Amino acid sequence: MYHSFDAIVVGAGGAGLRAALELGRSGSVAVLTKLYPTRSHTGTAQGGIGAALGNVEEDLWEWHMFDTVKGGDYLTDQDAAEILAREAVDTVYELEHWGLPFDRTSDGKIAQRPFGGHTHHFGKGAVRRSCYAADRTGHMILQTLYQQCLRHSVQFFDEYHVVDLLIQDGVACGVVAYQILTGEFHTFRAKAVLLATGGMGRLFRITSNAHALTGDGPAMALRRGIPLEDMEFFQFHPTGIRKMGILITEAVRGEGGILLNDRGERFMERYSPTLLDLAPRDIVSRAIYLEVRNGLGIGGKDYVHLDATHLGRDVVESKLPDIADFCRTYLGIDPATEPMPVQPTAHYAMGGIPTDTDGRVIVDEKNTALPGLYAAGECACVSVHGANRLGTNSLVDLVVFGRRAGRDMARYVRENDFVALPPEPECEACDEAERLLKGTGQERVADIRQELQDLMMDDVGVFRVEEQIAGALSKIGELKSRYQKVALDDRGQKFNTELLEAIELGYLLDLAEVTAASALARQESRGAHSREDYPERDDDHWLKHTLAYQTGEGVELKYKPVSITRFEPKPRTY
Amino acid sequence: MNVTLRIQRFNPETDSKPHWEEYPLDVEPSDRLLDALHEVKWHHDGTLAFRRSCAHGICGSDAMTINNVNRLACKVLMGDLGARVTVEPLRGFRIVKDLVVDMEPFFEKYRSIKPYFINYDPDPPTERYQSQEERERYDDTTKCILCAACTSSCPSYWGNREFLGPATIVQAHRFIFDSRDQGANERLEVLNDRDGVWRCRTIFNCTGACPREIKVTQAIGEVKKLLLFNRMV
Repeated sequence: MYHSFDAIVVGAGGAGLRAALELGRSGSVAVLTKLYPTRSHTGTAQGGIGAALGNVEEDLWEWHMFDTVKGGDYLTDQDAAEILAREAVDTVYELEHWGLPFDRTSDGKIAQRPFGGHTHHFGKGAVRRSCYAADRTGHMILQTLYQQCLRHSVQFFDEYHVVDLLIQDGVACGVVAYQILTGEFHTFRAKAVLLATGGMGRLFRITSNAHALTGDGPAMALRRGIPLEDMEFFQFHPTGIRKMGILITEAVRGEGGILLNDRGERFMERYSPTLLDLAPRDIVSRAIYLEVRNGLGIGGKDYVHLDATHLGRDVVESKLPDIADFCRTYLGIDPATEPMPVQPTAHYAMGGIPTDTDGRVIVDEKNTALPGLYAAGECACVSVHGANRLGTNSLVDLVVFGRRAGRDMARYVRENDFVALPPEPECEACDEAERLLKGTGQERVADIRQELQDLMMDDVGVFRVEEQIAGALSKIGELKSRYQKVALDDRGQKFNTELLEAIELGYLLDLAEVTAASALARQESRGAHSREDYPERDDDHWLKHTLAYQTGEGVELKYKPVSITRFEPKPRTY
Repeated sequence: MNVTLRIQRFNPETDSKPHWEEYPLDVEPSDRLLDALHEVKWHHDGTLAFRRSCAHGICGSDAMTINNVNRLACKVLMGDLGARVTVEPLRGFRIVKDLVVDMEPFFEKYRSIKPYFINYDPDPPTERYQSQEERERYDDTTKCILCAACTSSCPSYWGNREFLGPATIVQAHRFIFDSRDQGANERLEVLNDRDGVWRCRTIFNCTGACPREIKVTQAIGEVKKLLLFNRMV
C-alpha cells in the first residue's frame, strides 16, 4: 500500500502529538503509532512539568536554565537549555488553554511543587516549579494533546509499526510501516519525517519503561548512517518499586518523603547536604547503590525505604493517589502507614538522535542537518539534558521541542517539493521480516533479550568499569550473532506480535552496542555516566558530546563541542 | 505456586471459531497475570497474541476478561486469582486474534461526543483561573484511560452495540463538568438519545470493572440529572 502526506510523525506520545498539532494547521500530516495514541508512555509520567511560572513563590526562567545546565553536569547545550526554560512557561499556559486539568492554588492558579534539582537563586535551595495534576501529569498531557489532535482532524494510523526510514540522495522521503492487524507493509511518502518514538528502557532488566520502549526511531536512524549522541548517559531513577521497576514519582520526595537505610538513617544527608532527598537523580541513585554496597540496604538486601508515612493520609491520597494505588496493588502496603521498598530503575535516555534546537536531525560534528528529517522527545538529543535529566524536564522537552520541530517542519514542507522514493522502498524491511518469519535456528527472542537486559543492567548500569563494559561489548556481539538464528513460533500474517518483538530486539541489540562503545570510550565520570576507574569529571578532555556511528567494522566514535553561553562549568555539588 | 491458565484462543488465519487451551505454569504469587501471559508467550507458545505496554495499569492496553471479570492483566496478581485462571478477550467486541479485540467501534463512539476542550473566548495571557472546588468537581472522570473494561462489562452494551457505552459518557462528563469548558450543550445533544445515556439501566457493572476506580455509574447519573432537571449553559 502506498500513502502520501506532506509530513509523517512517527510516534504518538507528547512530542509527536505536539508537533502534529503544528503541522495540522498548514498541510497534510499523518501520525503513525505502533500502539493506540493514548497508550503512549508519556501517559505514565507522574510528578509534573517544570516551568518558572512563579505562582507560589518567586521564580525565574534563568534559574530553571541554570538548574538544567548544572543538573546535566555541564554537558547540556546551553543555547537549548535557554530555549527550554524560556518557552516552558508559554507551553504550560498553552496546555492549560487546551483544557489540561492542572491542580490549583487556593487563588485558582496552576499549583506548583518542589522537584529534584530545581532551585532558586542559582542553587540556594529548592523551589516550587513543578506544575502538576495530582500524580498523573503525563496522563493529562497525553490526553489533552490527543484530544486537540482529534479536534483538528489529525489523521492517525494506529497500530502501524514503522520499520524503516527512507532516505534518498541525502534527503528524508518517507517511512515503511508494518500494519499489525494485517501484516501488510505500507510505504508512506512524505516531504518531512519526525521521529518521536520515545525511550529505550527495555535495554535493561529493571526499568520503569513500557514494553514498547525499544528505541525504534534511534535504531532505524543508526542503520541509515545517522549517528547517535551521548548514548552513554542513561538515567536510573532512584525510586522504582523493588524488582518490578515501576516508577514511584519524585513528587513523593517533593511532598516531603524521605529515603531511609536499614538503620533508619536519612542517608542523603551525607551525600547532598543542601538538597538532601531532592538532589538530582543520578546522585540519589548512586547513593542508594553505595548504601546497599555498604550493607545498609534493608535487611542487607538490594533496596532502601522511601518513607511518606509522616505526610499524613490526606497528602498521600490527594497529591499521590496513583502511587498509593500502585503500592496497594503491587506491594500490598499502604504508603500512608508503611515505607515503600525502592531501588534504582532504568528510566530515561539522555542520549539519542542528534538534533538542533528546531528538531532538525544533524549527522556530524559540524552540525550538518539532514534535510527533511526531524526528531523530538526522548528519542532525540538536543541536548537539553546533558549527562543527567532533571525531573519534570522530560515533559517540558516534549512540548517545547515538539512544538519547535512541528513549526520548522511546517515551514520545510511549504518550501520544498517531494523527492523521489528509492526503488522498491519496502524491500529491505520486507526481507528482514521474511528472514525472521522463515528462521529455522534454535534461538528464542525472549532468551536473547533477557541476556541482553541482564548484561546491560549489571555491566553498563549505574556504576561502570572498563573491564565490565568491554566484556559487555563483546557479549553483545555474540548476542547479535545468535539473533541471526532466531526462530519464531508464529509464522502468521495477522497480529503477529512475536515478529514485532523480534524486530524490536534487533533494535535493542544495535542500541546496546553503541551505548557500551560510547561508555567504554568516555574515561571520566559525569552525570549518569559513573566510571569507578575514572571517578572525576574531566572537562579538559571530555567536555564534549559523543557521536556514535554504526559501521561495518563496529562502532565509530566522533565528538562535538558543547554549547556554553552563560554558565562556565563548575564543580557540581548540592 | 502452580497454576493453570485457561486461555481462549482464536487464530483468524486457521480457526473458524475460538477454542480453549490450558497452560500449566509455576508462578510467584506476586507476579502479575501479564507476567504469566508473557511466560506463556516467551517460553511456551509464541503465537499467543495480546496487547500490552506500560505493565502498571496506566496505558490501558491489556483489558481482558479474567475469571469472568474485566480487569487489566497488569493490575491483578496471580496470588489473588486462584489455581485455575480463565482468560478471555473483552466481550462485546469482535475478536481479532486470541485476546486482541477490534477497538475501532469503541474509539469511534468516543470521538462522537467531542472529547476535547471547547472554549470560544480568546485565550488569556496566562492560565484561566479555576477554583480548587471547581477542579475537584470533574477530577474522578479525568482518570479514564480508555481501556474499555467498563463498556465491555455493560449488559446494555451487549444487548445493543449502538449504545455509546459508559467510557464515552465518562469522557463527556470530564468536559461537561469542567467550569472552563463551553461545549456542554453540544455534547448533551449527542448524549440525550435512546442510545446515549438513556440506554444505561444503572446496573453498576461498569463501576465494578473500572481499573481506575472511577465512579462510572455515578458519572452517568450526573449527566442524566443534568439533562432532566437543569439544561444548563
